[in-house]
Amino acid sequence: MSYQFTVSPDFTPSHLSGWYIFNTWLQNQTDNAIHLEMYNDFHEQRDAIEADNVDLIYANPFDAAQLVREKGFKPLVKSAGESDEAIIAVNADNHVEDVAHLESGLRVAVTDDPDVRMMGMIMLEPGDLDETNIEEIPSDTYVIVAKHLLKNEADAGIFLAESYDELSKMIRSQLRILVRSQISVIHHSLMIGPKLLDQREKIHDILINMNNDAKGRGVLESLGFEQWQTVDDDEMEFMIDLMDTLTM
Amino acid sequence: MLHDMNPEDIVGDFQEVTLDLYGGFKRRILYTEIETSYPDGKLIVSTTDKEGVITHVNQSFIEMSGFTEDELIDTPHSILRHPDMPPAAFKDLWDTVNTGVKWQGFVKNLRKDGGYYWVKATVIPNVRDGEVVGYTSVRRKPSRTKVEECIKLYPTLF
Ligand SMILES: Cc1cc2nc3c(=O)[nH]c(=O)nc-3n(C[C@H](O)[C@H](O)[C@H](O)COP(=O)(O)O)c2cc1C
Repeated sequence: MSYQFTVSPDFTPSHLSGWYIFNTWLQNQTDNAIHLEMYNDFHEQRDAIEADNVDLIYANPFDAAQLVREKGFKPLVKSAGESDEAIIAVNADNHVEDVAHLESGLRVAVTDDPDVRMMGMIMLEPGDLDETNIEEIPSDTYVIVAKHLLKNEADAGIFLAESYDELSKMIRSQLRILVRSQISVIHHSLMIGPKLLDQREKIHDILINMNNDAKGRGVLESLGFEQWQTVDDDEMEFMIDLMDTLTM
Repeated sequence: MLHDMNPEDIVGDFQEVTLDLYGGFKRRILYTEIETSYPDGKLIVSTTDKEGVITHVNQSFIEMSGFTEDELIDTPHSILRHPDMPPAAFKDLWDTVNTGVKWQGFVKNLRKDGGYYWVKATVIPNVRDGEVVGYTSVRRKPSRTKVEECIKLYPTLF
């Protein structure tokens, strides 16, 4: 039997090879044949989930509700100590000090990364801004969001905080952060589907111990992670309730 | 448990009023005119059981309310009830979530030190296997325009 593994399409591009290395490592450790399928965007990935073509997924928090409630997935682990946070940034020449002073008609550069977009929109609300009175500038990556700001093609940009922090020093010096979220409880998680559930404990233990040997540490490094941390059912339920509250 | 407020906890000049809470509870409230502004980028989160008794709070909740986690857990959510909030708002909240849908509104909350803070709150029922097991509320920073509207509107709803 072969299993299907996929990764939320918003992964950092520089970690693409890391996910293939991780998949090879996981197959060796668990004695499972696992095929890693990368989808181009969230639509394609959701179609695959809908068609039951996913058994293991590094999931965006936005998809966790569907995975758990409709598809019987359970959480395994997350990257230790990390959470998804968003940043609203402007061109450094922009004199606006506070989101509350942004004005309607604002051009906002944004990716289709659903949880970051949601957090960003929440952070624009204190300025009486919402979907109806901003102009969204769709951007494929966070580097492109930054470029729109530098070229004054956008007035504000919504970033994944981690991606903002990874922008070059040169680019960051020309931008300014207006708000950085501190939500702490919204995060990507590695989740396991019904066909693999009988191996949940085994796979969980292998992952949790991954940083204890040099090989495993190397694989984690290629993902940009230090180690995995358990996500139990209660933590996942809490995150899903929170996401429901923010999105429904 | 809900206790009357303690003058020693209050910062600044205060007024006193007794609130009639759900289930015939009375609580003596001490409140000031000191506003704490909502911190940028944070969400205040709590969960309750079906009766509105707090089961979980996050760190931002603790910081903004001024209570410790121990003082909040197992206590009715009306521990934050501010006398300027019209009862109709909370009736609407409960009527809405009882029909299984999300409630959203602007709420002035009372701090342990007698001060207050405005939030934009969203409350949803938590459904497990088709049954409501509790509620989750997430608060975010409200726009000042909306708060000003509520400051005018709420006194007319008593
Ligand atoms: C999840 C949840 C969150 C709530 N959050 C608040 C709150 O932040 N402030 C507040 O005054 N009431 C809140 N309430 C409403 C209280 O339960 C209560 O109805 C209200 O304080 C009025 O008190 P009373 O119902 O005893 O009259 C919340 C209720 C639920 C279910």
